[in-house]
Amino acid sequence: MIHTEYSYETQSRDQLLRVSLYGEIDHHGAVGLREDLDALILRERPRRLVLDLGRIEFMDSAGLGLLMGRYRLMRELGGVMAIENPNRRIMKILTLAGMERFFEISGGLRGEGR
Amino acid sequence: MKKRRSDEKNRMSISLPALSVNEGMARSAIAAFCAQQNPSATELADIKCAISEAVTNCIVHAYPSGTGIIYITVVLYADGTVRVVIKDKGCGIADVRRAREPLFTTDAANERSGMGFTVMENFMDRLVVRSRPGQGTVVIMTKRIGSDPATKE
Ligand SMILES: Nc1ncnc2c1ncn2[C@@H]1O[C@H](COP(=O)(O)OP(=O)(O)O)[C@@H](O)[C@H]1O
Ligand SMILES: [Mg+2]
Repeated sequence: MIHTEYSYETQSRDQLLRVSLYGEIDHHGAVGLREDLDALILRERPRRLVLDLGRIEFMDSAGLGLLMGRYRLMRELGGVMAIENPNRRIMKILTLAGMERFFEISGGLRGEGR
Repeated sequence: MKKRRSDEKNRMSISLPALSVNEGMARSAIAAFCAQQNPSATELADIKCAISEAVTNCIVHAYPSGTGIIYITVVLYADGTVRVVIKDKGCGIADVRRAREPLFTTDAANERSGMGFTVMENFMDRLVVRSRPGQGTVVIMTKRIGSDPATKE
């Protein structure tokens, strides 16, 4: 399957799996991204999963479902998940859904104009 | 405020098959339409997100078995209000009040968050949902754009 909406880079070291995501997360892309992330998690079995959202330009509630699902999987496997560098717009939807209760959110909030 | 047809500055209608590739298509088309009103980046991002929610709902909930059409109309009024109407002829919603509650979803199995209507409500100025089981659903959202104080510095 070819995904044009999003892409990612991964880095795995000392039981830390870092995935830097690019592009847009909506329902259309979330299904493929979910499969890819789960395959990575099950292969690497990290203690800590960090999703870097710094290059994500768009995310709607499908992204919330995606993050919650990965959070649950990490917890099931005895690990933790954290989110890094959400921009202001993504922070808005994360806060609306109370996501900070489930996982650590840090960095980011870089302005993107007015 | 009641809007009259004479207050209309511009209008666009699109109909798209309920395919997930059209989620991004609908966002981009409506964002392009709104650009004429010189919205702030935040206003534009809010509208794109709300539209994505309404269009995705038509795709994942309204027409669960196969295809159908999503009817979208966007109107820009002279006072800078944008009105987005997103309609389907799908299965409808039995209890709209309940459906609009945060975290309510009938499809948790597919990792839905149940936050779609909450996003629409919070990111737009006004949200109206009309639905009848077996007949379909109409989502009407309005937002005043282009008058963000941050734009006028
Ligand atoms: N266009 C629609 N047609 C039929 N049912 C819908 C439609 N939009 C929303 N719903 C119903 O309302 C519920 C809540 O929608 P929403 O807040 O977007 O959450 P989610 O899509 O994550 O379930 C859905 O689970 C579904 O049952
Ligand atoms: Mg939804």
